[in-house]
This record gives sequence, C-alpha cells and structure tokens, in this order.
Amino acid sequence: MELELRGITKRFGLLAANDGISLSVAPGQVHALLGENGAGKTTLMNVLYGLTQPDEGQIVIDGKPVKFGTPKDAIAAGIGMVHQHFMLVPVFTVAENVTLGIEETDRVGLLDRRKTRKDVRDLSQRYGLEVNPDAMVEDLPVGIQQRVEIVKALVRQANVLILDEPTAVLTPAETEELFRIIRQLKAGGTSVIFISHKLKEVQTIADKITVLRRGKVVGERTPPATEDDLASLMVGRDVQLRVDKQPAKPGDVVLDVAGLMVPGEHGDMPVNGLSFQVRAGEILGIAGVQGNGQTELCEALMGLRPTAAGTVTLNRRDLTHASPRNRLHAGVAYVPEDRKEDGLVGSFSVSENLVLDMYDRAPYASGLNLKLPAIAANAKARIEEFDVRTGSAAAPAGSLSGGNQQKVILARELGREHKVLIASQPTRGLDVGSIEFVHRRIVAQRDHGVAVVIVSSELDEIYALADRIAVMYEGKITGFRDPDVPAAELGRLMAGGADGGESLAPGMPPVMEEDAAPDGAAPDGTGALPPEATASQEES
Amino acid sequence: MTTPPPATQPSASPPPTAEKTSKDGRHRPFGKIVRESFLEGNTFTVTVLALFSATVLGGLLVAFTNTDVLHAWSNFFSAPGHAIAAAWDAAIGTYVALFEGSVFNPHTVSALFQQASISTAIHDGYLSAVFAPLSETATQATPLILTGLAVALPYQAGMFNIGGQSQFIGGAIVSAWLGYNVNMPFFVHVVVCVIGGFVGGAAIGWLAGEIKARTGAHEVIVTIMLNYVMLYFLAYLLSSQSLMQAPGSTNAITPPIASNAHLPLLAGTHLRVNAGFLIALACAFAIWWLLNRTTTGFEFRSIGANASASRVAGMNVERNWALVMAIGGGLAGLAASTVILGTDFQLNPQSFGTYGIDAITVALLGLGRPGGVVAAGLLFGALHAGSPGMQTSTGTPVQIVQVLQALIVLFVAAPPLVRAIYRLRTARASGVGGTMSKGWNA
Repeated sequence: MELELRGITKRFGLLAANDGISLSVAPGQVHALLGENGAGKTTLMNVLYGLTQPDEGQIVIDGKPVKFGTPKDAIAAGIGMVHQHFMLVPVFTVAENVTLGIEETDRVGLLDRRKTRKDVRDLSQRYGLEVNPDAMVEDLPVGIQQRVEIVKALVRQANVLILDEPTAVLTPAETEELFRIIRQLKAGGTSVIFISHKLKEVQTIADKITVLRRGKVVGERTPPATEDDLASLMVGRDVQLRVDKQPAKPGDVVLDVAGLMVPGEHGDMPVNGLSFQVRAGEILGIAGVQGNGQTELCEALMGLRPTAAGTVTLNRRDLTHASPRNRLHAGVAYVPEDRKEDGLVGSFSVSENLVLDMYDRAPYASGLNLKLPAIAANAKARIEEFDVRTGSAAAPAGSLSGGNQQKVILARELGREHKVLIASQPTRGLDVGSIEFVHRRIVAQRDHGVAVVIVSSELDEIYALADRIAVMYEGKITGFRDPDVPAAELGRLMAGGADGGESLAPGMPPVMEEDAAPDGAAPDGTGALPPEATASQEES
Repeated sequence: MTTPPPATQPSASPPPTAEKTSKDGRHRPFGKIVRESFLEGNTFTVTVLALFSATVLGGLLVAFTNTDVLHAWSNFFSAPGHAIAAAWDAAIGTYVALFEGSVFNPHTVSALFQQASISTAIHDGYLSAVFAPLSETATQATPLILTGLAVALPYQAGMFNIGGQSQFIGGAIVSAWLGYNVNMPFFVHVVVCVIGGFVGGAAIGWLAGEIKARTGAHEVIVTIMLNYVMLYFLAYLLSSQSLMQAPGSTNAITPPIASNAHLPLLAGTHLRVNAGFLIALACAFAIWWLLNRTTTGFEFRSIGANASASRVAGMNVERNWALVMAIGGGLAGLAASTVILGTDFQLNPQSFGTYGIDAITVALLGLGRPGGVVAAGLLFGALHAGSPGMQTSTGTPVQIVQVLQALIVLFVAAPPLVRAIYRLRTARASGVGGTMSKGWNA
C-alpha cells in the first residue's frame, strides 16, 4: 500500500501544528518522523489516524484520495496505530484485548474464544511476536504489552503501522526486540511510520527520515545522515550533544546513604542494602536498566516511601525518617521521574507551580496569607531565567510542552536554597534543545558546589553528566566507575555482572567498595535479608 | 423565547468566573473575548444555557400537565391557536408567579400607595410586603449557601462530602442545646450558639476526614454512613425528656430556643430575613479568601488537583483531608445554626430537611466555587420561596419546582448535552486534560 500525505495543514487557534506537510510512505518502508516535542509529529499522526480532521490537504492511498472521519475509517483503510500510552484493558487476556471490538461469535452468539486464541497465535508466529494469548495484560511487562498492541493492529489487517514514540517506555533490550519485529514486518511488506526524537534509534531502523520542525518538513534524509546533521535540522541550529564541563572539584561528603533498604508494595525489597556518598561539587550518575529499584530509591530519599533499614544523612544530619517537607527544608532539591504525576499540578498556573514547595515560606507567604505579588514576581523572573515558553504565567502548567514543564520544575527546585540535587530521568521525553538546556543547568549546579545525583536509564546522559558512575542492579550498587569506563563494562554491570573492582573513582572511601562488592556478587538479592531489616519491616 | 426571571440571578455575581475564563487574551478586543468565550462552551456558558434549557423544558412540563391546557389541546384541530395560547399562558403564568413570590410582586406596590400615610404603610407592614419575596428568598437561600459551601470546599480538595446531613445534625444538636439550656445575655448567647453549631458540624466532618486519613476508607461511604448514625442519634436524643425532648411534650421536639439566642432580624419584625443570611455571605467570602489567598487554601487546591505532586512538594495530604472536612462540616453546622436560631427556634427530627442532598446540587451548579455557590443558593432559594405562591395562584403543584431543580442539575451535569444542543465548540484548555495539551503534541 502506497500512502501519501499532501499539504496537510492543521491549526489550533493561531498556531499551525502542521503547516503544509507532505510525505509519502512506500510499501515495506520504515519511515521515521523525527522532530522535537511540539514539532507536530503526533498531530500529523492523529490526522492520519482519523482522530482529528485536517484544515487543508489530503491523504492519498494508492493514488486515491481518502477522508478519515474517525479511526474506524483509518483502520478500514489498513492503518494501525500503537499509541505511546497503550490502549489495553489490563484485566483482560491478550486474546480478549486483541479482538476487542471485532469479537467473533459462534452460531449461538457466544464469543468464539478458541478461534481468537488461534488467530493470535498464528499471527504471533508469522511475525515472530511471541505472546501468550491467555496471559492477563496487567501481568505483562511493558515491552510485551506493546507487542500486544502491534498484534492488535495486525489482526485488523494494518498495512501501515504507526508507532508513536515506541521506545520511550522500553528497556534497551526490549528496544532491540522491537527493532527485530519492525524488520520482520518490513520483510512482510508492512510499512512502518516510526515517530521518535531519538536520533540513534531513527538511524538504526529507518529507511527514510523526515524531519519536522514547528509544523513544517525541514528536511528528508536517508540513514547514513550523521547525528549532528539530524540534530541541527531538528532544532534549527548546531547542538552540542556533549556537555562542556570542567573536571569536578569534589568537596566534603554532603549526602551519605548507607545500607538503605526500601520495601516495595508486594513484600519485595526493591532497594536492598544500597550505599553511596556524594560530595559537594560532583555529579554521581546512577545508571541501570529501569525497574532495578531506581524509582523506589528516589522516593525513599525524598521521604515518600518508608525505609526498612539503613540511613540517609545530609551534612551529618540524619534524615532517614524525616518527612518530605523536612527534607526540602534541609536542602534537598528534587526533580521527580514522572513530572506530570509528581512534579507538577497540571491544572495549576505556571506561577503557582513555581512555588509549589515554597508557598508557605517568606517571601511568598506571611502567616496564612499568600503574597500574590511576590509569587507573580518570582514567576516572571523564573520564566525569563529558564526561558519557559508559555503564553502567560497564568496558563495551566499542564498545557505546556514536556520540555517546558521540566523547565518549570527545574526553575522551582534550583531556585530554592539547596545542598543536594536529586534528579531522576531529568530529560526523559525531552527534545534535543531542552536536553542541552537541562544538562547545562545541572552542570552549573555542580560548579556551584551542589552535590548532584542523576538517576538515568540513558547511558548517553550518564556519560554526558557524571563525574562518577554507580551502576544499580536489583536494588544494589554493583559497582562504581570513572566516566571514561567503556560502555561494554557498564553494560556488564547493568546486567548484574559481578564487580571486578578495577577502577575506583577519586575520593571514594574504600568502605563503600566493601559494601557494594559482596552484595553485587550475590545472585539472588531479595532472599538474603539481614535479620534486623526484616524485624524493622514488621514494626512499620 | 422567554427570558426566565430566575436565570438572571446567577449572572449577577460570577465576575470571578468571567475573569478566569478570559485567560491569556490580553491583546484581543474585549467584545471578541466575550463572543469567543461564549461560543467556546466553557463551564460558565454551559451553566447559563443549562439554566435556560431547564426553564424551557420546565415550562413545557407545566403547560402539558395543566388540565386546561390539555383540554384545549384536545380541540387542537378546531382551535389550534387556542391550544398554543393556553400552553403559553400556563407556562408564563407559572414563572410569573414564581417571580412574584421570590423577587418582586407589583401588587404590593399598588397596595402600598393606597395607604393613607407613610407611617401607616410602614406600621401595618405594607412596606414590608414589597420586600417580603426577597426576604423569603434570602431566608431560604441561607442554609442552601452554607451547606453548598460545605460540599464545595472539600470538593476543591478532591473530596466529595455527601455528609452534609450528618454535619448539619451535629451542628443543630449543639446549637439547639446551647440555645435552650444556657442562660446568657443577648448578643453573647447567639454568638455562642452559632459557634457551637460550627463546632458540632466540624466534629462530624473531621471524623469522616480523619477516618479517611487514617484508614483510607472512602469519604463518600463514610459520610453516607455517618448520615444514618446522626439521623438516629438525633431521633434518640429527642425520644427522652432526660435527654433533649421538651418537658411535658409527647412530640419529639426540643424546648424552644431562648429569645436571646435568636439571630437578629435584618428588616423589621414582619420579615423573616435574619443575620444568618449575612453569615452565609460572609462565609462564602471567607471560603473564597481561604482558597485563593492563603497557604492552607493553596494546599487544599493543590491536593485536590494532584495529591501525589502535593506530597512530593512536602504537603501533608492526610492532615489536609481531615482539616478540609472539618471546615466543611463546620459550614454545614453553621447552616443548622441559621435554621435553628433564625427560623425554626426548635429542633425536631425533620429539621435537617433535604439540605444534605440539596447542598450537592447547589455546589454542582455553583461549579464548586464560593461565588457560584452563592448564586446557585440564591436561585434555589428563590425557587423555594416562590413555589407556595405559584401553587395558590396558578394551581401548579409545588413539586414542579423540584423537577425544575432536577432539570437544571441534569443539564449542568451533562455539559456535552448542552454543547450538542447549542452546537458549542469544546473549551480550549480546561486544565490538565484540555484538548490543547493533548492535540498539540505532548
């Protein structure tokens, strides 16, 4: 199936989200749509999928113009879409989800489960998409859920498959697996539209790359294009992917985490005896595949999750059991992993969000009274300093783009007096320009003598920022390394390989190495709980 | 079509709403902003149109349940004009009667001018009669506004307070007991009773909030169950003379409230409007101030909009749940004080009426904002005040007012329906899940 978009224009008010976009997708082609957040990628795909109607332009399939009033029309025309956030019913099985809406019934009118299961299994085999039709969706890892979405589209005879930021939620291994699937689909003649802002992935998988900026096509490339070329097309100027920074000048130990154990929701121990120290003026990068306790570690450091054992000390002050507010007051700045859920109140204005954890302190309040002029003045200054792109300070924060939301959070957290900055996945889902901005701000913090902890599952980010790298695996640190460590070595540690203890970062006390090494060597982390940890867990 | 008199009332007080909806349109001409904000189908426009739709539908209902109209309709083919005219007259007559009973009745003015002198006019209550409808509206609106606030405030903090009734009863018990059992000088007594009402309601509200904070039990279930507990607790208190039943009485009723504890009348002895109305307005302002100008209100709104981000920002979510329910309960308790000390002067097992449920309606119609709650309370107060007159003069049953209320809420609760009827565009950015944030690349 030959798909062509001709001069698609879609306006929201005065803004043209898509401005005369034309592109064509040949059968069996992987066509990447590359662009910053807000460039108009998702809007374009919503037009193609019948979710919104274009103001101008047309969609042409095999030479015939078509109109999609609803996604149903698009599906009937052979277009399938895998949304960034999956549209699955968690308590249904894979087979039930796949046939949702196109259920087959037998003569009596009952659901024909056997045929459904067989269909799913056949399709899975044909494309190498291994899924168990009887598994409950909520029990499946994200990567497999995505596979279910793809099967769902294929069952509906999709000839063109749209993948909207498919790797955003995947681990590196799952991403590899997805790429294998895409290649298989391609071999079978299915076209794939791959939406992303990750240059490397696009280069790996795409046959053709269309770059969007501010709603317009700014260039088309074929894979040998260099990363720098694509990045500058995307943001409209040359971008430095590496952060310029001087060697760190570490001072005294600011944050000391020793033997931390954090229980999870299901009686497990996601953080299982973890220790590290961060000194003033250095960035500790905690690398690791997602789901190895990073989320729980950050939440425990902020007091959002009770700890079972171990201590958290900030400048010799014990914060192990302090409330979130006390930690904020003690000088912890925190950039949460999930900015929409934990970082911002979406319906609050930008200016209210800029004081979300300071509203009760001078100069923003005196007694019960909020000082609205001070809050407004703060908003004006921060919006300017951090170049937050918003219509006004009164606009709801939820209406900003991801990058600008992150800028709001950074502006707030860095605007407060702080001694340590804990940032979890600080640039997830951000475009190249915003990543550069965030990285520069974080390095500037370090240079001001702040102790910085970066938790990231993106190795590029760890390499760009960290002065010292800690690798986290199954709730423990499996090793500390200098930033010049080869990626293969980090990969080995991230996969749970034992620490050879080859190089030590400067200023790292030997005691930590002793703590980390035996723990990291233990193949089964959760089983070996020290007795005192179990006891205090029961108490709380 | 007709412009329904009651519908003009809400437009009188929501300037805060209008201000908020004009958003970031600083450089656009005012007229354009107004036009756009109406076409956009924001909550304010939808509310006004919901009132209008309910009025039209209510009018049809009145017309076609009227026996005269039905009779005329059966002769539709011989005299079609007559049938339509009869229907029109019935509907308009009903609304006119409602208006005369709740806002202004021209007959009272002519009666006033037929009096020999101004002093007789005032002394015999002819002047009061002119203001009687407004007085009645304000009196009826008072507990509706206060209980409406009792729902609207917790709503802003993300809690649904269905316990207006139990909190009302809590306040009524304390208020009434202090009112008949204690002897105090005039002004002190009434103040003590009003504060007692607040405390009584706050205790019940706090209990619901605290149970949620401690155990995670859903506040809707807790408050509904507390409604039953308090209902029967009140019946028990009124069942024995050793408790709160009036001595020598066989009825379940308390002794009358001491006259020192009566809320002062505002407009002479002929009119029922009393200081309770001022309390309600003051509370609405206080709640507006609390929500928009204080750190506590900031926490309430933040927790209501995103509890998890609020927790990360260092707010104590659980403590705020208990606090907001305590204040909400206190407002319902104040409503009870205004009824016990302002109009009823005793407590019986029916004193709480339907305020607990009406409160939800009022808060919903008022869009959960204090100004809106005042407007909605006044509108429903007017409907209540006008309904007896409507029944006597047009024969329309008072129940039609309940139907009208229900229709209003039905339309308000279903914005897509109103948008579809009037072909409005959906609002541009209505907070987190606005079309803007979704459609324009996230």
